[in-house]
Amino acid sequence: MEKKLKYALYTGCTARESTPELLKSTLAVAEKLGIELELLDEASCCGASHLQDFDDHLSLVLNTRNICYAEKQERTMVTLCNTCQLNTNMTKERIDHDPELKAKVNKDLAEVGLEYRGVSDVKHFLYAILDDYGLDNLEKQIVKPLKNFNVAPFYGCHNIRPSELHGNDESAYVPDSLDRLIQACGGNSVDYEEKNKCCGFHVDLQAPNTANRLSGNALLGAIDSDADFMVTPCPLCHLNLDVKQHKIGETMGRDIEMPVLHLPQIIGLALGIEPKKLGLNHHVVKSVYFQ
Amino acid sequence: MEQIITKKVTFKVFRFNPDNDVLPYYREYKLDVSQEDVVLDILNKIKWEHSGSLSYRRSCRHGICGSCAVKVNNKGVLACKERMFDLIDIFGTEMTIDPLSKERAVKDLVIDKEDFWKKYDSVQPYLVADVDAHPEKENIITPKEADQLLEADYCIQCGACYYSCPAVEVNPEYIGPAAMAKAYRFNGDIRDTAKVDRLETVSQMGSGVWDCVKCFECAEVCPKEVNPIEKITKLHLQTFEEGVAENNVATRHAVGFKRSIAKHGILDEGDLVLYSEGVCGMPQHLPEAWNMFKNGKLPMPWALPKSKNLDEIKKLVKISSTAKF
Repeated sequence: MEKKLKYALYTGCTARESTPELLKSTLAVAEKLGIELELLDEASCCGASHLQDFDDHLSLVLNTRNICYAEKQERTMVTLCNTCQLNTNMTKERIDHDPELKAKVNKDLAEVGLEYRGVSDVKHFLYAILDDYGLDNLEKQIVKPLKNFNVAPFYGCHNIRPSELHGNDESAYVPDSLDRLIQACGGNSVDYEEKNKCCGFHVDLQAPNTANRLSGNALLGAIDSDADFMVTPCPLCHLNLDVKQHKIGETMGRDIEMPVLHLPQIIGLALGIEPKKLGLNHHVVKSVYFQ
Repeated sequence: MEQIITKKVTFKVFRFNPDNDVLPYYREYKLDVSQEDVVLDILNKIKWEHSGSLSYRRSCRHGICGSCAVKVNNKGVLACKERMFDLIDIFGTEMTIDPLSKERAVKDLVIDKEDFWKKYDSVQPYLVADVDAHPEKENIITPKEADQLLEADYCIQCGACYYSCPAVEVNPEYIGPAAMAKAYRFNGDIRDTAKVDRLETVSQMGSGVWDCVKCFECAEVCPKEVNPIEKITKLHLQTFEEGVAENNVATRHAVGFKRSIAKHGILDEGDLVLYSEGVCGMPQHLPEAWNMFKNGKLPMPWALPKSKNLDEIKKLVKISSTAKF
């Protein structure tokens, strides 16, 4: 890379709690690739589409505050979770296109000495690698290609829909970013019907049967297309597919044993970073190939 | 003379006649597609020039009757509006045309939409108001009041969102995005008096707003850009505004985010689940919690992450809150 890439990293909640391996592997990969990530320790939860169901204004103010801190660093904000990406970007889209709303949000932010200007972009780590670092550059760094592995990409809704919002050139119907990344890492990306479908995470508590069946369809889709493991850019999808896998198997009436990796973990493996540094030991369903 | 650009496309079309066929099958047609063609032109071409027995619904040909929706490579489309060249851009030159729901196919691409209409009817999809039969002055709706509908009135009941909704697919009770958008259309109408009634219907657990999985398939597929999930979110908010929201695991979960953010900025995930489920609802989560604990996925209470400048967050939660529960 000619110029060092620098981002403000919005970890979201899960990367600091239930998926610590996501933060570990992201930092390890960034270090290896020479990408500078400055943690946004001031940021709060994005509301995960749930606060948005209860208090719209509060969710706008809190998300805007998070962006303010990326603006202070004068950097693009990078997210690690599809749902953080959706809610942050949706907030930005709304206030950037509605001066009245922007003024209202800024009035509250002024109370804590902040002002939203609208100068920082918001981008998921996947697209930072794809668009800014570049797959050609990544390929040059690969020392342990994921040769002979069939990898099932699981895109997660909130990076690809609504496509109008995201502006990442991804088709909601034929997304290919993860497929291209898998191939760049030397793996064989497998095609299956559920790869761009929903895992049901957001109704886990109130409608577990819905969530289990949707995640189950995805897991079985991957199994039936001969995948060795799945990969997802979203820690919420990961929680459902990995932590709940046994219960999902019971719902679906089939034994399921499918390792699910986070996006930076497969990059890290291909870059030759040791599995422990990528937090693979934190998974409930172990990726036996890499232990 | 201007040259007509055409592309050769292979179509596999879902065929099923329950009078003769044990199972559905696909028939293949290779056709020249021109720049002006929409999907309906292709269906017409197949019927008129190749396969007279092909059945599909069509009527207005102007994107307003909502009868011709089908799926092309699993993407719901309004056949009379979707341009073939746009589909070629997405999918290339091999396309499968299916009914909106294969399970509900009556013949070929014609489906039985009874489930759709039943759920649609359940939300009182009409204006409920005492209308003066002999008004002395005009009943004027201002442009601002009309804007409140957020174009929910553009819905043509084609069913593309409903039959693309994954929640509907696995939960037959869920009333789905079209009915929700319609409920919002009349709840947003200042003349209407049945708002609370509708909110009671759409806030039922198992069938209502809390069963939406937030996948945005409906927003993506809608040929009229109604954005049903935006309306579902509005209905969520209305249930709190109107005091209709019951105290249950889903509402506590939504409210719990505010509570948790006010505490640490970053969520206390374990506490959020406990607050949402209540003590009695926790045993079902114990096997997963144990697995998470074993694998270092549950931070200890003394090591929970907190946002920096937490005072700011606490202050904003105080001054920016607009909802009550």
